[in-house]
Amino acid sequence: MGSPPVIEVADLVKSYGERRAVDGVSFNVGEGEVVAVLGPNGAGKTTTVEILEGHREATAGSVSVLGFDPGTAGAEFRARIGIVLQTTGIELQLTAREALEVYGSAYPHPRRAADLLDLVGLADRADQRVRDLSGGQLRRLDLALALVGNPDLLFLDEPTTGFDPAARRQSWAMVEELTGMGKTVLLTTHYLEEAQRLADRVLVMRAGSIVAEGTPDELLAASDQLTLIEFRLPSSGGSVDELLGEVAGDVRGRDGVVEIRTARPTADLAMVCGWAAARGVELDNLRVSEPSLEDIYLELVGEADGDEAAVGDEVAP
Amino acid sequence: MQTRNQNRVFWRTAIAAFFTIAFPLITLVLFGLIFDFEIEVDGGIVDNPAQFYAPSLAVFAAASATFTNIGINLSTQRDDGILKRWRGTPIAPSAFMGGAIVSGLWIAVVANALMLTVGAVFYDVEVDAAKVPASVLAFVVGSTTFAALGVALSALVKSGRNAPAAAQAVLLPMAFVSDVFVSTANAPSLVQLIGDVLPLKPFVLSFGVAFNPFVDAPGFMWDRLAVVAAWGVAGAVVASRRFTWEPAGTSIGSATRGRSRRAVA
Repeated sequence: MGSPPVIEVADLVKSYGERRAVDGVSFNVGEGEVVAVLGPNGAGKTTTVEILEGHREATAGSVSVLGFDPGTAGAEFRARIGIVLQTTGIELQLTAREALEVYGSAYPHPRRAADLLDLVGLADRADQRVRDLSGGQLRRLDLALALVGNPDLLFLDEPTTGFDPAARRQSWAMVEELTGMGKTVLLTTHYLEEAQRLADRVLVMRAGSIVAEGTPDELLAASDQLTLIEFRLPSSGGSVDELLGEVAGDVRGRDGVVEIRTARPTADLAMVCGWAAARGVELDNLRVSEPSLEDIYLELVGEADGDEAAVGDEVAP
Repeated sequence: MQTRNQNRVFWRTAIAAFFTIAFPLITLVLFGLIFDFEIEVDGGIVDNPAQFYAPSLAVFAAASATFTNIGINLSTQRDDGILKRWRGTPIAPSAFMGGAIVSGLWIAVVANALMLTVGAVFYDVEVDAAKVPASVLAFVVGSTTFAALGVALSALVKSGRNAPAAAQAVLLPMAFVSDVFVSTANAPSLVQLIGDVLPLKPFVLSFGVAFNPFVDAPGFMWDRLAVVAAWGVAGAVVASRRFTWEPAGTSIGSATRGRSRRAVA
């Protein structure tokens, strides 16, 4: 990447009294990149993003967004960012079109309300009052408002929290459309699937720190989670004990199902197949499962559950 | 644009429009039906009660349009995250705040003019042109003061849900000692003193000069205006120190206030 990073964060700390909501976070986001900050409630995601938006002041560390320090930057900085906050407050008394016009008037080069309504699929709701929009429509208007200034950088703070699966998919398609337009996007989410679907790169946060970083594939590769080989023990003889000591992994038999957890799946699978072939038996339900990103995520953030209340600057569902 | 936006929000909020515009008018009509006797005003006795009530209720309407309306509006908009949304746009905070205040002042002008027109047309309220400049100045100083107090109110209430009750709890009792609903000319001296040091009665009296036959032109009440303006400055100081754009519960350093009720999901 030739151009300098859009977001540069080094050793960011945010304390509330004794409590460190963000505890030494460093990362960069390049131009056109979509980065997801993934973590449970209270991990410090929103605090981090709100510092980058200029809504909160950092306690320590350095932050640069589009070349600005968001803590002191003014109109010029805000004209180039778009924000979808966790709360979707919009003046209920305005119509969707009026809201886009009045918020657009705050920007030097606003996009046309009609174009934005088309983009987010609200053209037929243009003259409805905000109070009469459904939750999903409100979220779409919210996104349109974030785009009204034609921003270079978009912040999406838990854009689909509280959505039903259909609305979530719709919203993902919309975000994908934006990323197709080349916008740089930083999004927070506690849905793994969302990060996997939308993001080029994932930062996993736990208790104020980044505990893992990379593409979903890199996270998988870096994990020490084991591959699972399982099959049903043939009824016609053969004992699971015969496999013990032969395979590298950990063998367990339960209700006639054998599970082998192994760091060397290829060799162990060959061993198991050879063992079965030598006895002329077929292994029913033979399955090899790669560790899923979910397993890795849970491993990374698993211990964080107990910390939620203490670190909880974010809202629990 | 901000002013127009806030105006639009006001006129489309039925309850705000009712309390600011209709309530004082209804009061005037009711008082016109109930009272048919002489009334003691500052300096003498008038035989048309509307000569007293129309300007005093016009001031009350102006105070509602600024203090109550701005106080409720800003605090509910803060609760809803609307202020935070605006804070994320390039608009200067002062421009946003200015829009909210000018909107309140504009609604005060409309409410005030409506009341006086109704008074003049239906209740034979008379105006002394020589003292109109003094009334206009009092209107500007008074409405600006109550606008500043409205911003201060929104800075002091924790939630927009409390704002209407807080605004009425301040304004209504104050109105009773401030020559709005009843003349305090014969009230105990303590009641008079309380009225004199609060901002509403000086606003009512200094605005009412153009309607009070016992005040000589030009009628500028500088001492009363000074009391009003002092409250305006106090309101502005409180507002500038305490006003926040963040909803309660998520603002900086407010972690101990607990989680936001505005939960997602």
